[in-house]
Amino acid sequence: MKIWKLDRLQDLFAALAGERTLYIPADVAGQAKFTPWEPGMEMTKALNTNRSAKDLFFPQVEDLAAFKITGRQIQVEDNREDVEDFVIFGVRACDARSFSILDKVFLEEPADTYYKNRRDHATVMTLACSRPEATCFCTALGIDPQAPGGDVSCWVEGENLYLQANTQKGEALLEKLPAMEEGEKPQGDASVFDRLPLKDVDFSVFSEKALLHWFNSPVWEELSRSCLGCGSCTFVCPTCQCYDVKDFDTGTKVKRFRCWDSCMYSDFTMMAHGTNRPTQKERFRQRFMHKLVYYPNNHDGEIGCVGCGRCLRKCPISMNIVKVAKALKEGSV
Amino acid sequence: MQERVIEKAAQLLESGLCSRVLGWKKGEFFYDVTPGVFTTAQEVRNEMVFTPFCGANLSKYLIAESRKEGKVAAFLKPCDTYSFVQLQKEHRIRRENVYAVGVQCEGMCDLDSLTALNLTGITGAEGLGENLKVFTLYGEETLSRKDALSLRCNDCKSKKLLDCDEILGESGEEQDSHRFDQVEALEAMTAEERFAFWRRELSKCIRCNACRNVCPACSCEKCVFDNPNSGVENKAAADPFEENLFHIIRAFHVAGRCTDCGECTRVCPQHIPLHLLNRKLIKDMNQLYGTYQAGADFETKPPMLDFTQEDPEPSIITNGRDSG
Repeated sequence: MKIWKLDRLQDLFAALAGERTLYIPADVAGQAKFTPWEPGMEMTKALNTNRSAKDLFFPQVEDLAAFKITGRQIQVEDNREDVEDFVIFGVRACDARSFSILDKVFLEEPADTYYKNRRDHATVMTLACSRPEATCFCTALGIDPQAPGGDVSCWVEGENLYLQANTQKGEALLEKLPAMEEGEKPQGDASVFDRLPLKDVDFSVFSEKALLHWFNSPVWEELSRSCLGCGSCTFVCPTCQCYDVKDFDTGTKVKRFRCWDSCMYSDFTMMAHGTNRPTQKERFRQRFMHKLVYYPNNHDGEIGCVGCGRCLRKCPISMNIVKVAKALKEGSV
Repeated sequence: MQERVIEKAAQLLESGLCSRVLGWKKGEFFYDVTPGVFTTAQEVRNEMVFTPFCGANLSKYLIAESRKEGKVAAFLKPCDTYSFVQLQKEHRIRRENVYAVGVQCEGMCDLDSLTALNLTGITGAEGLGENLKVFTLYGEETLSRKDALSLRCNDCKSKKLLDCDEILGESGEEQDSHRFDQVEALEAMTAEERFAFWRRELSKCIRCNACRNVCPACSCEKCVFDNPNSGVENKAAADPFEENLFHIIRAFHVAGRCTDCGECTRVCPQHIPLHLLNRKLIKDMNQLYGTYQAGADFETKPPMLDFTQEDPEPSIITNGRDSG
């Protein structure tokens, strides 16, 4: 394990940024956000970013292609953004796990080349948690917040930052940095994770019963009753992956872009016959069925949630996946 | 007050006067309260709460609830009652199907205001009165409820309870809360500074529509931004400036109807101070057409729907000349 003195963290950022663009979680307009580092930019004190780290691989809006029509000719332009190598520092274990959930969707054949391009160019440096929020429940989903993974794992202990490469990409990155002292990380105090109020939420039940059992549960009606139908939960969620493809007439050509979509919206997956989710109940159910039942059904039982707790903090009416999972299990609200 | 709210709700259901109660349902923690509808007294006694975290404005739910069969009892805080009156003025609520119970309010707190006090890992809280005991993963702290008030409650405009069938506690007075101070600070900026301020704030928007969906003044059955055929539907736009315009368009759209309940800012996941746009318009209307508070009464005509020969015409373009 390599050791870097925390009081020289800015030097580490400078060294990383000398290599390629470096993103760190920093406070911008009062909010923690993965931001391109500039000299002097400090890490946020917040545990996690307001929006998730998926933004760096799957941005809210991105150009796919452009079409220029001249007479009877249609010229197709690949106008995707050029992506160069970049590093993200300070990704928490929850967000790091979300990448593997998104990978299973976007990298399966046929791979989504826009997403793949960004994944290929990125080196992910994670940061272990030591001071979780009460809304954290990654441990209930089998994630170890103290072994965050990624290409390089980092830990803060005392006055030091400890770094360990997990992949070849990670090793290659560390080799380019100034020589570092080697040493062992002291064992930190992890007792706080045993006190997390949501550590025992049971997500295993969703693999035990057939899909229709959950789909037809009577609790959806009540759970969704006060849902505003906004997209907050979907847009701050590190694993929500739905998007829409749209065309925009720029006046001289047609720009085709994609943007995040939300199953909470009335025009989500609109079809020729209209919508197949006519009320908020069906839209609400879709979101949680996707995370708790459909995704695991398609991907070896892995739940489509990483327990980051963003939706617990952001939902305007405080309805969230923990309340839904508990209510479904109990069969009543 | 919580006990009185619960008892009243249970009584309204047991007596058969109401078939449903609209109130707040307890959550996992003390602070994650959800608006809910209760149908039995037992449900009310088990799950209903009235804590310092019941910030959600329940009036908008009455648009749907008052169209159902039977009478719904709604527990409304002072600012909720302004929305209640305003929605009636717009013929959106069937008053005869609502039994309005006004609840005296000491100001509401929220998780963001606790976080702003550097409290992290908040597992719960205790206290229904002046003090709040906050429990965290890292210890506990007692603080004054005043210090933990949400932003909008620091700027409370009124503690009056309007158009209620019954009142728990007392209806208060309009407050002198300096709620336009921040607007004045923005007005004092140069145009460039102000533009930079709003660009910085509005560029955070993720177009989740929480502000619109929670807004009691935004009560269209189908918003133009949800209509795929309108060309301006709500999914992120191709040009980021369009997102920025969205909020300004919305502020104009609700001008004269916005009661300044502050729900837009409360629900914004990106912490954009959206209420300042509405307050600017309220302040301008007050100056141009005389003081007007949306939702304060049933009679006064809203300035945007009223016309007199003396009305100033601030929108007339004067080619740089003083309009006098």
